[in-house]
Amino acid sequence: MEATVVQTGTEGKTWGGGTSPFKAKYGKMMMWFFILSDSLTFSGFLASYGLMRFKFADSWPIPDEVFNHVPFLHDVEAPMYFVAFMTFILIFSSVTMVLAVDAGSRMKRNQVAMYMFLTLLGGFIFIGSQAWEWATFIKGTYGAVETNNREILQFVDTEGKRVAVADFVAESSVPRVEHERNVGVWYKGEPKFHTGMAMQDVIAGFKANENVLVRIQEKDEYGQHIILSRDESIKKLENDGKEVVLGANLIRNEYGHPVFADFFFFITGFHGVHVSIGLMLNIIVFANVLIGTYERRGHYRMVEKVGLYWHFVDLVWVFVFTFFYLV
Amino acid sequence: MAHDSHNLAIFRGRLKFKNTISKIWGVFIVLSIVTAIEVILGMFRPEILVRTTFLSLHLLNWIFILLTIVKAYYITWDFMHMRDESKGLRRVTVWSGVFLICYLVALILIEGDYVYEVLSNGHIKTGF
Repeated sequence: MEATVVQTGTEGKTWGGGTSPFKAKYGKMMMWFFILSDSLTFSGFLASYGLMRFKFADSWPIPDEVFNHVPFLHDVEAPMYFVAFMTFILIFSSVTMVLAVDAGSRMKRNQVAMYMFLTLLGGFIFIGSQAWEWATFIKGTYGAVETNNREILQFVDTEGKRVAVADFVAESSVPRVEHERNVGVWYKGEPKFHTGMAMQDVIAGFKANENVLVRIQEKDEYGQHIILSRDESIKKLENDGKEVVLGANLIRNEYGHPVFADFFFFITGFHGVHVSIGLMLNIIVFANVLIGTYERRGHYRMVEKVGLYWHFVDLVWVFVFTFFYLV
Repeated sequence: MAHDSHNLAIFRGRLKFKNTISKIWGVFIVLSIVTAIEVILGMFRPEILVRTTFLSLHLLNWIFILLTIVKAYYITWDFMHMRDESKGLRRVTVWSGVFLICYLVALILIEGDYVYEVLSNGHIKTGF
């Protein structure tokens, strides 16, 4: 057999079957390949989000106006603060994770447990913040009017500050009769009625309030939404106005194009699912650290593998943060 | 974690740390500073940077994207220990990822710009 052994001069540099490929353990290498494929999935989502932004380049919602809420502070416009806080939380939980991996390489069980706990804490704070962010986004603040060709008309006062629809429109004066099966020929159930405000109430309320103007989605050359004059506003509402929209769902939202909310829900939701899976994995690893599984195994490689996944979640958030909140 | 020989230098060897723990905190400070710059720029949006455009994207957005890539680099290289992996693993994951993502993003954004042109100059105005 010895005669068949061929020396290629690459021993120790490439994988000959005996040693680990790339000098990496199997699990870690596979985690890297999973991360590669998952990052391609996320970049597919973010690229399609980019496509929609390029498509609607001069009518996309301004992120600073949409995401400007902070918990416990009502009526305070504070763009960026809350997302910046979320970003710091996630980066910090990444730091504690890498400290746990480092303590694991030195076989310090108590330190690993402590850092894993801090990582879990950071993850839970992040996912809670994201839930709050979603709830605020879904609830909406000002409301808007949707037109027949699915434009969104928002309302501002003469100084350009946003005005909530409910501030100038009275509750519906038109009694609304629910559609029932025995009246309809082709009864399919009634679509959910969004608000108590009918379009004619909006027009009446708008006419009664002299200092309210309509702001359309299209932007001027400085990237600000165009505000119509009083006459144009009334004309636009009477000709095109269809219904009042409050908050956001997958079909319509008060912030602008329907795809804006769709992408927000889908991409931050997909990221949130990743965070949740990461939390589950972290809990399993944390429990195993506590009962001493890795101590008996003689190495803490599992912490490192799950750590890679957790850092990847942080990495994705860095990009989501940039493309949803900054750009 | 067989490799105890962590590469302890960042900024191409200009900043060297004593041990792995101080390096982790050092990288955290770098990431925090970059995030802080992003947040401050995002709040104030300096007029000059918004008005100047380069390759049909204004300068501020280029800065944001650049800073994001800087952050991604430090997360991958130091938190995920890519700096300590063998050259082969580094190339297999990072190069394939970067190449495919650049390709995808370039194609899709060109398409998006084309659709924008059709919407603003063509006959179809809005509503789809």
